[in-house]
Amino acid sequence: MRLQYPSDIKIILVPCTGKVDLIHILHSFEKGADGVYAVGCLEGDCHYNSGNLRARKRVEQAQKILDTIGIGGERAQMYNLSSSEGPRFAQIAVEMDEKIRKLGPNPIKLAKKRAA
Amino acid sequence: MIVADKKPIEEIIEEIKDHEKILILGCNECVTVCEAGGKKEVGVLASALRMYFLNEGKEVKIDEVTLERQCDHEYLEEIRDSMDQYDAVVSIACGVGVQFMAEKYHDTPIYPGVNTCFMGVTEKRGLWTERCQACGECILATTGGICPITRCAKRVLNGPCGGSVRGSCEINKEIDCAWQLIVDRLKSLNRLDDYETLCPLKDWSTDRAGGPRKVVREDLQQ
Repeated sequence: MRLQYPSDIKIILVPCTGKVDLIHILHSFEKGADGVYAVGCLEGDCHYNSGNLRARKRVEQAQKILDTIGIGGERAQMYNLSSSEGPRFAQIAVEMDEKIRKLGPNPIKLAKKRAA
Repeated sequence: MIVADKKPIEEIIEEIKDHEKILILGCNECVTVCEAGGKKEVGVLASALRMYFLNEGKEVKIDEVTLERQCDHEYLEEIRDSMDQYDAVVSIACGVGVQFMAEKYHDTPIYPGVNTCFMGVTEKRGLWTERCQACGECILATTGGICPITRCAKRVLNGPCGGSVRGSCEINKEIDCAWQLIVDRLKSLNRLDDYETLCPLKDWSTDRAGGPRKVVREDLQQ
């Protein structure tokens, strides 16, 4: 299909979104990521039954923490789509990229620069 | 096991906001199982706090350590050599661990990072329920293995009371009447005759009424 999506998105492959833990999301922000989103299979279609549902809960936990510490919970998102939906994948990437650009850089990245 | 629940991060921030070198100290036992104070929770809390303080423009060092237990001398001794690096510790062990830390390290403020709730079981992941109140004089042998001290809101020893309605407790329909559970269990065990035996007055001095308790085993002491 050769679909285009923003080049500043770094894809990290995991066997299932159920592998994505809260600590992985938080460490990404601590290391300076402006946004993190998990892309799992459609709900009800998880090969491991509930991996994508667990991922959603973990993303929600991350959102709460990010809100509490002033980073902004909307920087973490969960999306569900099937592996045959290439155009939807590209569309989500564009959507997330736009959303994060509107929010601006991760305040942690800026704070680290100030401290350096 | 001892069941604990995480304190809100805001509360922990309030506890430690005036410190600059902080150790987040987890425990590998009960609080790990109930996902409130194990290694993973130490990592999450430490990461969140590091980001919070960085974002606030404060330079705060936050380290992570998880001990095998915080209720035994030998494990708490493992951090003695590094304690001078910190001006505060957030212990996310149960209240026992927090207090034992405070007793051992007099000069360092120790703050609790969890609320210690009760002694209970994991019914399923994310659901823990109370089973024992450590009254010090176990009567489970006569009640079919179901504790009325813990599971009856009134701690009734010869129940049920008049508030038992269709197997539920009057304080909340979602709470089983402990005495209904006991009768059902005795019936299954074909021991319903035991229900006719009155439970004698209980010695509450072994419960909290007698003040802080201790178990002394001279045969084990050196």
